[in-house]
Order: sequence, then C-alpha cells, then structure tokens
Amino acid sequence: MAEVVLEIKNLTRRFGAFTAVDSLTLSVNAGEVFGLLGSNGAGKTTTIKMLTTLLPPTSGGARVAGFSITTQAVGVRRAIGYVPQAVSVDGSLTGYENLLIFAKLYDLPHREQQARIAEALEFMNLTADAKRLVAEYSGGMVRRLEIAQSTLHRPKVLFLDEPTVGLDPIARDAVWKHLVDMRANYGTTLFFTTHYLEEAESHCDRIAIMHLGKLDALGTCQELEASLGPGHTLNDVFVHYAGSALDTGNNFRAVSAERATAERLG
Amino acid sequence: MTATFIHPLTSFVEKTFVITEFELRKLRHDFTELVTRALQPALWLLIFGQVFARNGAMHTGNIPYLDFIAPGILAQSVLFVAIFYGINVIWERDLGIVQKFLASPTPRAALVLGKGFSAGIRTLSQGVIVYGLSLLLGVKLNWSPLALLNVLVIIILAATLFSTFSLVIACFVKTRERFMGVGQVLTMPLFFASNAIYPTDMMPGWLKMVSHLNPLTYVVDALRTCMLADSTSTFGLSFDYLVILVTTTVLVLVGARLYPRLAT
Ligand SMILES: Nc1ncnc2c1ncn2[C@@H]1O[C@H](COP(=O)(O)OP(=O)(O)OP(=O)(O)O)[C@@H](O)[C@H]1O
Ligand SMILES: [Mg+2]
Repeated sequence: MAEVVLEIKNLTRRFGAFTAVDSLTLSVNAGEVFGLLGSNGAGKTTTIKMLTTLLPPTSGGARVAGFSITTQAVGVRRAIGYVPQAVSVDGSLTGYENLLIFAKLYDLPHREQQARIAEALEFMNLTADAKRLVAEYSGGMVRRLEIAQSTLHRPKVLFLDEPTVGLDPIARDAVWKHLVDMRANYGTTLFFTTHYLEEAESHCDRIAIMHLGKLDALGTCQELEASLGPGHTLNDVFVHYAGSALDTGNNFRAVSAERATAERLG
Repeated sequence: MTATFIHPLTSFVEKTFVITEFELRKLRHDFTELVTRALQPALWLLIFGQVFARNGAMHTGNIPYLDFIAPGILAQSVLFVAIFYGINVIWERDLGIVQKFLASPTPRAALVLGKGFSAGIRTLSQGVIVYGLSLLLGVKLNWSPLALLNVLVIIILAATLFSTFSLVIACFVKTRERFMGVGQVLTMPLFFASNAIYPTDMMPGWLKMVSHLNPLTYVVDALRTCMLADSTSTFGLSFDYLVILVTTTVLVLVGARLYPRLAT
C-alpha cells in the first residue's frame, strides 16, 4: 500500500450561500500525478487554495504530508510548493533573484543555496537566462521559473493551478517534460488542474472530475473511459460528468483572470 | 524538504530582512521615480513656503516660517510616497505573487514589516532632497551626527508606519481603483490635520484635537526637533518616538492578520 500524502475529507467551502466546493473527499498517494478537471467555476482553484492554506475551509479538512491544513498550516506550507493560476514570479527581479529569495524564505542551508539554485536553473533549462530580468522572459520560461521556484525546497507535494494555460504546444511540452522528470528524480507528488484533456490523458496516474463543487468521477483515465462502455474517449467522460466544457458556473472573474494570465504569459 | 529548527523570533527578523532586501533590489530600475518624487517637496518649499514666509501670516515663534515648514514638508513627502505603497501589494495580488508568498512558511508579520522597511529606505531620498532645498533656502539645519542619525531613523520609521497603514487599506479594498480613491481621500486630511505647515496653536479646538491623534504630528515634531538648529520639541522626542513605534507595531500586527485576505 503506497503512502498517502494527501487526504481530503468532506472539504467544503461556501461563499455566502453559494457552495464552491461541496464535501470533497479523496486521497492521493505519494509520487502520484493527479489531475483535477472540471469546467470553469467547478471549484478547482478554491480546492487548491484550501489545500495550500490560503483559504480556510467552511467545514471538513485535509491532511497534506501528514499536517492538517486547519491546525498545522505552517507544517503544510513547509511541505508543499504552489504554482498559482496567475503569474507568480516578480518581473522586476532576475530569474536568479526570484529563486534566491525563496531559497532564503524556505530556510535552505546557506551552504546549499547556490548549488540548489544552479541545479534548479539547469534542470528547468534557464541557466543562460538566470541574470536577465523576468519581465523579459517568454511565457514558457516564466512557467518553468515558477516551477523551479516552488520546488527549490523539494516539496512533497507540488500544487499547480493550470500550469500550461496560455502556452503554445512546444512550451507546454517543455513544462511537462520538466514536471515528469521532477517526479522521477525527487518523487514529488503532482496535484494539478487543467482544461486540456490530452494533458490529463498522457500524464496523469489518476484524475478527478469536479462539477459545480462536487466530485463526480475519480479514477484512472482507462477506468473512467471503460465505465461508460467500450469505445469512449476521455472527452466523452468529461462531457458525461461535467456537461459541456464551458457551461455553468462560468463567471466574469474567472474568465478575466484566465484571460489576464494568458495575456501576461504572451 | 529541509526542516531546520529556527527560533521564531530569529526567523521573523531574518525573514523581514530578506523581504526588505529583495524589495530594494527591485529599485534598480526606478530612477525616474526618484526624480518625479523630488518635485512635490520642491514646489511646497519654493512656492508655498516662500509666499507664506513673506507675508508673515504664520506665527511660528522664534524660528522663521521656512525653517518651520522644512521638516513639515519632509514629513509630508514621506507620507505621500508611503501612503501609495499599498498599490504595489494590490498589483502583486493581481499577479499571483502575494499568494505564492502566503503559501510559503514565511511569518506574515515578516512579509508586512519587510515591505514597510523597504518603503522606509526608499523614502530616504526625500530626506536628501529636502536637506538640499533647505540648504539652498538658508534654513538653519542641525548638522550634528546624532541629529542626522535621528532624522534618518525617523524617516524610516515614519515611512514604515504609513506604508503599513497603506497595506492595511489595500487588504480591505483589494482593487486598484478603490485604493487610489481611498488613498487620495486620506492623505490630504492627514496632512492638513497636522502641525506640518502651521503650528497647532493656530487651529480651532476640534482640529487641534484631531491633530493630536494624527501620527504625522509626532513625526513632524520629531523631525523638527532633530533637523533644525534651534527648535524645541512640543511633545518631547521620546514621546514622539513612543507614539511612532507603538502605532507602527499595532499596524504591523493588524497588517499581518489582514494580509492573508489578499490570497482569497
Ligand atoms: N472569493 C470568492 N468570493 C465569491 N465567490 C467565489 C470566490 N472565489 C471563487 N468563487 C466562486 O466559486 C466558484 C468556483 O471558483 P473556482 O475559481 O474554484 O473555479 P475553477 O474550477 O478554478 O474555475 P476555472 O476553471 O475558471 O479556473 C465560482 O463560481 C466562483 O465564482
Ligand atoms: Mg481556477
């Protein structure tokens, strides 16, 4: 039995009378690549924000790497990395500086800081651009830098909210290549959201489909496809559980945030 | 994952300076801002100050009016620069930067105070400008090293105070538009309900009372005491420091409580 690194129990978040995440229960094993799918407004970002201790749950809870998100937030924060939906590196610092500040904030031992940063830059293929201002980076480079930044401290779980939104196919592949390598090298558990089904199909060990705050389906892609009978694709599964890709729950804030992200990422 | 045990207080101080350091590194490309910021104190001292000094409209006791307002204008420009600091925080929130820092184990108070200090250090340039102008206008300054050190510390503390206040506002309003509105509404009253450009003795009773609740009044009093060659403090320098330090501490604690709101 594999080690459970993420254990979510009845996790619920309401905004006023509106329930954005409705009694979510699931667990993720150490080293797994886990994809959370769902149409706009399904509650994916809200779920990730609760798991990363940014948003307190209304009820229910979760343990991340053994720490409770409600009572041991600092423990959780030490154990995770987080790549938000929007751009999270600072354009007025160089790539190297963006990494250095996080090396310091995560208490990496002084002797190891430079080596870790060099390794992360090399790993993400950014060594040549380390001294350039991030404002000059392309969207794909920004994403790779963000991943480097949030994994410097070797987190047990890396949360990524739409890591490839707004990227061209080549940049997207590059990001995934690095994510997959990272799991192989450090055993990092990847918990990510995406709207790209083919991404889920080719990289995830298991996926969950959320719809209007509820968990509607959970399993490997093959299991979910088979559950609808022979000859079904992941797209059919998605349409079956989540309606069409862009139906309810779609609101201005979500869309404008995504557009803005896409724009900034070029 | 590296788990080293570090005493919370050491960690707090260390993280505060890490935040300050990187905020200051961002300044390297910011020279236009330094120039535009010089303009406002120059206008106040050269135009407003000159006109009112000539009329003798203000009774500022044994010190000339220009000498009287030089520290007031310094305090004012510190206030004006610091009070809009929160806009950066809103900008960083609209990107995902605030969220990323909040998901790290950094103490919230260190995030807030670190930013405050950096605003403090950025604002030192205002001191240089006002000293330069004062020299030009023949204001009698106190050049003793102790006095200069005091002015330096007061500028940093005052900017920390007002930038943290600004951050607290940002945590409430969350959008740039509302922030600009609130910022504009607040700065003028803070400035006018203080002893920056006229002695509080000239004020009607109610305004005088308000000015005594205004931290800017104590900043001005402290600056006036240390900057000028012959000036006596109204409230006593230690009391000024006390008010400034206590207000800053309270604001940092409030800011640390409110800062996580920006991630939601
Ligand atoms: N701070 C908030 N206040 C009120 N409602 C919110 C807030 N944050 C999210 N919501 C609502 O909760 C629902 C879920 O939002 P969430 O951002 O989690 O969706 P999502 O699955 O990440 O969507 P997307 O694919 O567009 O990113 C949406 O209807 C959204 O409007
Ligand atoms: Mg989302």
